[in-house]
Amino acid sequence: MTLRPRYRSGSPAVAYLFIAPALVAIGIFFVVPIVAAFMMSFTDFDIYALGSLTFVRFVALENYLRALDAPLFWQAIRNTFYFVLVGGPLSVAVSLGIALMVNSRLARFKSFFRTIYFLPVVTSLVAVAIVWRYVYHPRAGLLNYVLSFFGVSPVDWLGNPDMAMPAIILLAVWKNFGYNMLIFIAGLQNIQDDLYDAARIDGAGVWKQFLNVTVPMLAPTTVFIVVITVIGYFQLFAEPYVMTQGGPLNSTLSLVMLMYEQGFRWWSMGYAASIAFLLFLIILVFTAIQIFLRRRALV
Amino acid sequence: MRRRIPAIVLNAGLILIAVVTLAPVLWMISASFMAPGEAGTFPPRLVPAHPTLEHYLLLPERMHLIRYFINSAVIACFATLLSLFFNSMAGYAFAKFRFKGRDVLFRFLLSAMVIPAQVTMLPLFFMLKKMGLINTYLGVMIPSLASIFGIFLVRQFAQSIPDSLLEAARMDGASDFKIYRLVVLPLCKPILLTLALFTFMGTWNDFMWPLIVMTDNSNYTLPVALANLAGEHVQDTELMMAGSVVTVLPVVILFLAFQKHYVRGIMVGGVKE
Repeated sequence: MTLRPRYRSGSPAVAYLFIAPALVAIGIFFVVPIVAAFMMSFTDFDIYALGSLTFVRFVALENYLRALDAPLFWQAIRNTFYFVLVGGPLSVAVSLGIALMVNSRLARFKSFFRTIYFLPVVTSLVAVAIVWRYVYHPRAGLLNYVLSFFGVSPVDWLGNPDMAMPAIILLAVWKNFGYNMLIFIAGLQNIQDDLYDAARIDGAGVWKQFLNVTVPMLAPTTVFIVVITVIGYFQLFAEPYVMTQGGPLNSTLSLVMLMYEQGFRWWSMGYAASIAFLLFLIILVFTAIQIFLRRRALV
Repeated sequence: MRRRIPAIVLNAGLILIAVVTLAPVLWMISASFMAPGEAGTFPPRLVPAHPTLEHYLLLPERMHLIRYFINSAVIACFATLLSLFFNSMAGYAFAKFRFKGRDVLFRFLLSAMVIPAQVTMLPLFFMLKKMGLINTYLGVMIPSLASIFGIFLVRQFAQSIPDSLLEAARMDGASDFKIYRLVVLPLCKPILLTLALFTFMGTWNDFMWPLIVMTDNSNYTLPVALANLAGEHVQDTELMMAGSVVTVLPVVILFLAFQKHYVRGIMVGGVKE
């Protein structure tokens, strides 16, 4: 510690004044609701409670037990995990593959390709989900048309319970890969060239270089990307809401969608709050596992 | 010669991926100019036989799209202004002031980012109902007033402002607020532009929260209106595509115009930890 002047820039009192508006807003509209949601999840909060809190009754763990006992909840869990565990890794792999291609010395017009690949990220999810609904149309859709050239017979993407989730995953990968690609490219550019030079001198081919230089050097970036992708993918909502309404046969009903329907359609807000907290718990566990794996791998 | 074949394969791959990436967007634009029913024919048409603007002209009447456009624009603009104000002050204070609990508080905020926003929505709805803010622009804007990401963005950038500059301004007798307004804000312009883009585009595209808050049809934002109309107008492919183009176009133009500034936000976010 070196000696610093006591008030190097401004006094603490002023600092509190500067952070107050933001912290008050975060406190009232983020922290308080989280605590309130936790409390709500132990009550039978419903449409009457919205009118007057005197109707709220403490029900202990009833909401949680009801969720764990409901087949629809487990269906939503399965669907959400399907989306996260298949869509997440696929998303990350596609992003990494394309980042490697764009970052290659042989690639031309890099910034042009980067811009195009990023475009889906900024589009409105609802609008592109509507577009993709037509792309997936069994008869007139673009996708089946393209596949027909490869001898694939028409697939009823959104109407078949087995194909609806893969269709949503495909949309999600298309919509999101550009974001992770940019972060991967930045990570790749941070790897020093002499590491590759050293590997080449040791006789490593392209594949060996990738395994022994790129993969370990890119590990922190990858962990970061996997964490944000998993957190984001667990919150699946707009895609099924717009494209399938959770169907067919609830095959695309996600946890957030279930929470939305219970909370804002049937006004079982206490029950919905318990679903929200179970989702939060799952996200927390997944994030912790990933960060733990990373720490262990590095130490 | 040996290098040329991989280069050709690689660049052909990049072109192919670009085509796949753009195909749905291009088809959306193309279909929005087709005659009614043309987009539903088999085999699919890629370009309109006789391009027409009729669906765009029908949007105000059949979908009340002008109203939704205005709703979205007003909400996104005000949310952006408010977010700039709240987050620039907080970000600056976290970067350049020394106060008790600063680092603990900041770490707490960062770790709170794993909490999914959906957890807050149920009580927030109840609170806004009590405040009479359901069905109002302000109700939709409230979660974006102050964002942890926004504070983080400004803080990272403001840390690079030399202390000597602030010290000099203080020596000249400038008040703290004056320093913030006349020294810090101008220096932070690039990151404020980034923050503005993120907030504007995020609010414009946001779906779940406006869907919950706007219970009255006439207050819908574009994405909410579009999702709602998608069921009703499922046969009007061309009309829906025109509506989608209008929804997507503003953010795409903003992104293309300010790409560099938008990407900076991702990079600042990407290296945190």
